[in-house]
Amino acid sequence: MGKIKDVQELEAWRDRLLAAWNPEQPVVRVCSGPGCLAQGADQVAKAFKAAAKKGKFKVAPLIKETGCHGLCSKGTLVNLAPADIFYVRVQPQDVPEIVETSLVKNGVVERLLYRENGKRCRSAADIPFYRLQEKVVLKNVGDIDPLSFEDALAAGAYRSMARALTRMTPDEVIETVRLSGLRGRGGGGFPTGYKWRLAADQTRQNPGPLYIIANGEEGDPGAFMDRAIMEGDPHTVIEGMIIGAYAMGSHQGFLYVRHEYPIALHHLTIAIKQARRHGLLGRNILGTGFSFDLEIHRGAGAYVCGEETAIIASLEGRVGVPVTRPPYPAEHGLWGRPTIINNVETWANVPHIIDKGAEWYAGLGVSHSTGTKIFSLVGKVNNTGLVEVPMGTTLGRLVEEIGGGVPGQARFKAVQTGGPSGGIIPYEFKDISTGDRKLSRGELTSPDMVLETSGFPVEFESFVQAGSILGGGGMIVMDDKDCVVDLARYFLNFLGEESCGKCLPCRLGLKGMLEFLDNFAQGRGDPEDIEVLQSLAQAVMDGSLCGLGRSAPNSVLTSIRYFREEYLAHIQEHRCPAGVCRDLITYRIDQEICDGCGLCLEVCPQNCIAGRKKKPYSIDSKACTRCGSCQDVCPMDAVIVV
Amino acid sequence: MNPKNKPGGLIKFVIDGQKVEAGPGWSILETARHHHIHIPTLCFHPAVTPWGSCRLCVVETRYGKRSQVVASCLTRPVPELEVMTNSERVQNVRRWVLEMLLAECPASREVKDLAAQYGVTSTRFAIKDPNEECLKCGRCVAVCHEVVGVNALTFGSRGVTKQLETPHRVPNNACVGCGCCVSVCPTGALQARLDTVRGDLARRTGHGFAH
Repeated sequence: MGKIKDVQELEAWRDRLLAAWNPEQPVVRVCSGPGCLAQGADQVAKAFKAAAKKGKFKVAPLIKETGCHGLCSKGTLVNLAPADIFYVRVQPQDVPEIVETSLVKNGVVERLLYRENGKRCRSAADIPFYRLQEKVVLKNVGDIDPLSFEDALAAGAYRSMARALTRMTPDEVIETVRLSGLRGRGGGGFPTGYKWRLAADQTRQNPGPLYIIANGEEGDPGAFMDRAIMEGDPHTVIEGMIIGAYAMGSHQGFLYVRHEYPIALHHLTIAIKQARRHGLLGRNILGTGFSFDLEIHRGAGAYVCGEETAIIASLEGRVGVPVTRPPYPAEHGLWGRPTIINNVETWANVPHIIDKGAEWYAGLGVSHSTGTKIFSLVGKVNNTGLVEVPMGTTLGRLVEEIGGGVPGQARFKAVQTGGPSGGIIPYEFKDISTGDRKLSRGELTSPDMVLETSGFPVEFESFVQAGSILGGGGMIVMDDKDCVVDLARYFLNFLGEESCGKCLPCRLGLKGMLEFLDNFAQGRGDPEDIEVLQSLAQAVMDGSLCGLGRSAPNSVLTSIRYFREEYLAHIQEHRCPAGVCRDLITYRIDQEICDGCGLCLEVCPQNCIAGRKKKPYSIDSKACTRCGSCQDVCPMDAVIVV
Repeated sequence: MNPKNKPGGLIKFVIDGQKVEAGPGWSILETARHHHIHIPTLCFHPAVTPWGSCRLCVVETRYGKRSQVVASCLTRPVPELEVMTNSERVQNVRRWVLEMLLAECPASREVKDLAAQYGVTSTRFAIKDPNEECLKCGRCVAVCHEVVGVNALTFGSRGVTKQLETPHRVPNNACVGCGCCVSVCPTGALQARLDTVRGDLARRTGHGFAH
């Protein structure tokens, strides 16, 4: 089908697709998100396709390679509809059995079901990980084939756009977004409707082009929310941008996507081509007279290009270096014209708000942080993956109920939120009930006060109070085997490398802070150095220009605030309580546990393990580089850190 | 733009308790200089667009309840703004920047003198190159681009490894040898480097492409 001329034609096509859909037809959804692909999802899908051709079915099954299903730690994930069976850890060799039992017959392969406390969960809805989520933006991700336009259309794509373009004025669209309470999902939490209003007013005063940009430069370690949306449901981003463009009067948009996301780039390119072919992008969209087009711009791998003025510099062809604001991009942005930059997730929220209304959206979450937020749950947690929950969900629920807690016997210690620029929030904050009060920045300072007066819900303000930021939504869970000094060192090193290097406090200050932490990690320094470090961190925060420098010391400051005793243990007792900092630990083999299997001897890169087979081995601690390989392979857990 | 801040008019605000007036388009730093209020800086130069890299010119501003630390060379005042050039937060940034500069460019007499003025005489940070004078303030890059117009200098790499370089790290035939970069350099670091910048003067092209 070629260009869609008007809304009736679009709806007629959708109706045809829905009428042609046979509810009896089995659909196999193979997760092809990055996590599952790494586990061989493409081979699983291939095996299903081969089996679908050969088998004897009443109705031939449809095999879909979809976007991320979310439960990345259990990949490859396969979902069967309409039987509603959810298989985890599927390998290509399991496919014939699944086809035979569940597609030809009506059985279930018990061994491939998700197990929770010994109980097997047949459908995804039985698993707490999915049951406790509320999917709005991710509704179609994992459900539709991201490369198929028909699939997206049948799932409701472009319905909101058609409605906005034909039945709403631009001002009504902005008002709806404003009333919904949607706030920027990139971390700043700026009210989106307000920002759009600024831009619309700006073009009215100063006629000429207005540009809109989707920020898909998601560089935080351990964060993949935008990636999942762009890979799994690219049309929702495009639709959100068309609605925004219509509301603000823009005719050209850019998708700034990082080069490290090849699948997202591929899927978006195809989706844009499809939308253009069917007349949903380009001149005179759906015969309404409104014109808008989109272009993809690849980021060249600079973390700082997630900052909005750096994105503009990069799009203009300059080096990605942030410049001072004001003037804000909404007044003076790309090529000197008003420019609106929203995160990919923010754009993806827009179609749902237009579809179901501002009131429905404002009813989700808490009063000042509405809607849902996607988090990527990584680190020491059983169910690593992508989750979408209403704003205001407690951290404990996120980590312990949805995430399934920390693996093994370890204790849940803290969560690093908001990526490298965020802070460490300790376990003690996990259980507090959802607060519903708007708190001003800096109203609370000490951790005890947070405990007494507010809740600790997952939303923008409470995170700022705890000294962290919500950020893009990365959550790195730590257990008692993780050292906060080491973590702060890792993030400072990352930010030092990724800083653009313009402001001296950021370029030299991050290096200087790292010098202090390196000393601590080697057991050197004075307890007074902690105060000195805090003062330097304050100088970096005050002295830097952009958000990178201004938030870079967060991880150091919060770790000092909540885990000062751990710093003191390094400095005064020359001991790393978590057993991570190499200069402060020694590996030893427990002579009573070791059964002399010799595995450690084989992996030791220093050849510093001595002993005879069947007799306990021992480590020469002088030659040992503390790489930990022996501990990783030991089947008896005889290698201990002292 | 703030509606109160009409273009063309003088903006009345306060620096360190003193009432001052800023001309159209003036930054806080320019206004302070006009009124003989001293704010230290190493990267600001009237010949080029302010870049704001040294952050020594930071001031604390208070507008209503909101207080923040900003670079005075980049920030335009608004009416009734209250500026403090020597508050505790400002001094903290300034002292730390100077202490870090003592480790970054230990050979520079200018940096040492300025640091001594603010009571910073020693540094706790590791000195990488005892002969380094360059603080990567960007004056030379800006003057070459904006005033001379040949782009013979640029910054290479980023973050902690940022370096002042010629494009592609080869001596540059685009360089006309005018010496503007040397004359604007706050520490004299370019004097020693000029020969690594300019290529064969007989073959100079005056534009960015060497042939």
